[in-house]
Amino acid sequence: MSVSAGTAEVEAKRAGNGRAPRRPVEELDSVVIRFVGDSGDGMQLTGNEFSKAIAKAGHDFATHPDYPSEIRAPTGTLFGVSGYQIQFASRQVFTSGDAPDVLVAMNPAALKTNLADVKHGGIIIANGGAFTDNNLAKAGYKSNPLEDGSLGGYRLYRIDISDLTAHALKDAGLSKKDVGRCKNYYALGLMLSLYSRPLEREEEDIRRKFARKPEIAGANVLALRAGYAYADATEMFITAYRVRSADIRPGTYRSLTGNHAAALGFVAASELSGVPLFLGSYPITPATDILHELSALKHFNVTTFQAEDEIAGICSAIGAAYGGVLGMTTTSGPGMALKTEALGLAVMLELPLVIVNVQRGGPSTGLPTKIEQSDLLQAVYGRNGECPIPVIASSSPADCFDCAIEAFRLAVKYMTPVILLSDGGIGNAAEPWRIPDPASLPKLEVKFRTDAEGFQAYARDANLARAWVRPGTPGMEHRIGGLEKDFLTGNISHDPDNHQRMVEVRAAKVAGIAGDIPPLRVEGPEKGDLLIVGWGSTYGSIVQAREQAAAEGYSVAHVHLRHLNPFPQDLGDLLKRYRTVLVPEMNLGQLSRLLRERYLREVVPLNKVQGKPFKVSEIHDRIVELM
Amino acid sequence: MTDMTEPATLTKKDFETNQDVRWCPGCGDYAVLAQVQKLMPTLGIPRENFAFISGIGCSSRFPYYMETYGMHSIHGRAPAVASGLKLARPELSVWVVTGDGDALAIGGNHFIHAMRRNIGLKIILLNNRIYGLTKGQYSPTSQLGMKTKTTPQGSIDRPFSPVAVALGAGATFVARTVDSDLAHMAQVLRRAAEHEGTAFVEVYQNCIVFNDGAYDAITDKAVRDDARLLLEHGKPLLYGKGRDKGIRLRGLEPEAVTVGEDGVTEADLVVHDEAADHSGLAFFLSQFDAPKLPVPLGVFRAVSAPAYEDMNNQLHADAEARRGRGDLAGLFNSGDTWTID
Ligand code: SF4
Repeated sequence: MSVSAGTAEVEAKRAGNGRAPRRPVEELDSVVIRFVGDSGDGMQLTGNEFSKAIAKAGHDFATHPDYPSEIRAPTGTLFGVSGYQIQFASRQVFTSGDAPDVLVAMNPAALKTNLADVKHGGIIIANGGAFTDNNLAKAGYKSNPLEDGSLGGYRLYRIDISDLTAHALKDAGLSKKDVGRCKNYYALGLMLSLYSRPLEREEEDIRRKFARKPEIAGANVLALRAGYAYADATEMFITAYRVRSADIRPGTYRSLTGNHAAALGFVAASELSGVPLFLGSYPITPATDILHELSALKHFNVTTFQAEDEIAGICSAIGAAYGGVLGMTTTSGPGMALKTEALGLAVMLELPLVIVNVQRGGPSTGLPTKIEQSDLLQAVYGRNGECPIPVIASSSPADCFDCAIEAFRLAVKYMTPVILLSDGGIGNAAEPWRIPDPASLPKLEVKFRTDAEGFQAYARDANLARAWVRPGTPGMEHRIGGLEKDFLTGNISHDPDNHQRMVEVRAAKVAGIAGDIPPLRVEGPEKGDLLIVGWGSTYGSIVQAREQAAAEGYSVAHVHLRHLNPFPQDLGDLLKRYRTVLVPEMNLGQLSRLLRERYLREVVPLNKVQGKPFKVSEIHDRIVELM
Repeated sequence: MTDMTEPATLTKKDFETNQDVRWCPGCGDYAVLAQVQKLMPTLGIPRENFAFISGIGCSSRFPYYMETYGMHSIHGRAPAVASGLKLARPELSVWVVTGDGDALAIGGNHFIHAMRRNIGLKIILLNNRIYGLTKGQYSPTSQLGMKTKTTPQGSIDRPFSPVAVALGAGATFVARTVDSDLAHMAQVLRRAAEHEGTAFVEVYQNCIVFNDGAYDAITDKAVRDDARLLLEHGKPLLYGKGRDKGIRLRGLEPEAVTVGEDGVTEADLVVHDEAADHSGLAFFLSQFDAPKLPVPLGVFRAVSAPAYEDMNNQLHADAEARRGRGDLAGLFNSGDTWTID
């Protein structure tokens, strides 16, 4: 996402909107894409077509074509690279952007000549099939950058565009050369899908353009559709909003996606506690990258288990937790539904466990690659019986790191499963992460009980947590299970009073976590007209909308909740200090409900369920309306 | 709880809990529990290193009666829970006790994948061919035509053989025994305990309340010798009171024959080979059913293959050898970093 500072011109253009003139505003809701390839690869055409599609969708855009001097320079050479850059946004765009968010590179030379411009953490779509020894040599690469890890700071998608195009056109009856020329339409199809643009208009354009060569038109349409389908099937995400802080703290940074950050956080939890980590998981979009990342870290004390299904994912993690390691599972909405029964078991067993739900559009299969925050009520309530589970949510990619550690801190301290909510936007979006000194991270204390003297499986400490005992500890053999158990011994108990006591103590234990949550951080005035309460990935949009409104003189505050069950102790008081409470969410008002229920406080929901993040303007406009 | 005890001094009593056993009087589960409790102290494993994991059903109450670590988990999921435990703690002896509904209906997926992976679990399936805990519905092993509360006109569900399912899933140890033959059960359970990787034992278990007599043909001393085939590695498939009946091959079809009749000699009979690479013979045997053919009991298959947990340990060792023990600072700072002053 690029940053485009407002100018006097912006003010002039916006002055006619009937409101007080605004100060220049920074908005981040734009994308910069650069297509690069051999001059014969048709990059200009691809870029042009893409711009048109974008324009037709109502975006403003600006472009910058960059040709080599030769019409057809020798293929694969550095000087033969042709590029086309476009910036598009939901607002006015004045330049083609500084650094591309997305680089589509058709060969090694194109990558080499353009890589330095690409943003840290940006997307690189590389035509993998063109990275042959010959082409690599022509570009001066000693090893293949797609394989040697040198692109680790980017989100690399290696797609064999040439091969896939040839495959899609194998029955089209075209010469090899003509087939090769269709790959720019394949690339266009990829990009149209990535940015959710319809194909129909583009197909019409192709048929019009190649009206005299219907077989070429047909082949180009096939390539376009194939690229489109490929991007759909591989479930690529686009980064949405990101917040740029004006003063960047000094330090060393790297770019991390939320899923990657979460993986690092979980490894950190293991290292900080000295307890091995076990991830039982079943692949599901958009959560799978956490499994990918942790699978590659076996030189830490990390075991990953690709289970046969979602249920086995969580159950294996429960087994591992029983064995005395940090058990966790990762999933997304539909998988969460499948894990429900096992969540109840974990509550009964009172074992530490972390469940990550990287939310996506629902219900059912819903919108697997689109973002939504509609699993909050499921996380808080969605189980049979009185089944309390602490719920926390990360607000940005880098925040996933801290939340991963926090999830395990609560899990082991309170001997409870903890649900960590992220979403597809956060999980797959990258942002700069200020690399912490491991020594500065919170210590994670884990105590296993080894003293058999007076041991009772369900005796509790001051936090109402029972003891964690590793099998293999002599003299403490005991059985646990999903049946209701005696308050002290853990033996099966059907006693009515005991059940009431157990239900209440499980609830009290989770409720007690409220006292263990740091004071809320409020941006903006401590009291006033409006408080925006947010959670999760709406963070960036809310921050910008609030800043914009504050700059316009409105009394607006923002609090972003990490802890959603239980709520922080100071939230109730905070809600009383503002005339109006606005709750933007990518659902139909789930946090709104929880707040009303808990605090008997009217709130104003702002809901969006389009698989797309809030625009800054959407939140800003609502703020102004409520003033 | 008892004091810390040396394994050598353990007895069956050390593996009994103070919990009232809640199976119906006369249930076959009692015999299995007793045999397992008898076996445990003889394995040379400290008591605290055993864990019994179960799902839901009559059989799944088992862990409550074992003075070991244990978990009564949720329906069908015991192999998944146990797999996580075994991976986290490979040094533990992890046992799964399950039933025909638990393992083959609701938990079928976990069951086959445990076999496929060859993870070091000992899985005992108490097969009573009925749902006991929910009071008498047919199960995936109930015979066709069986009348139960949910099949008042007789079951139209074709049953499958747990042994065949296990073999199909690639199990490396597959055996069958029966609750009433204590000596045989003891022998089979010991073999299972000693196997590396997944060991699967089907126990024909009589549910006295809802499916009494399901196995009479092979347990009734008067008739059983003609109805059951005791498998012995390296020995011809001989059975019958006078050990004069045998199985020979007719093409790929088994044929019950009498040794000494029609010129049949022992040399004509199929010889059991539990260690055959190919599970074909074991699968062939798994299809035998009364009354046409005798029901095989014993070890169908016992082959050695790397255990999953060992391979997993190797992955860790390899990763560490290649990259060194991971350290957080190195991990955090890997990849493309930049510095802002
Ligand atoms: S119902 Fe059948 S299987 Fe269950 S305990 Fe009673 S006799 Fe045993």
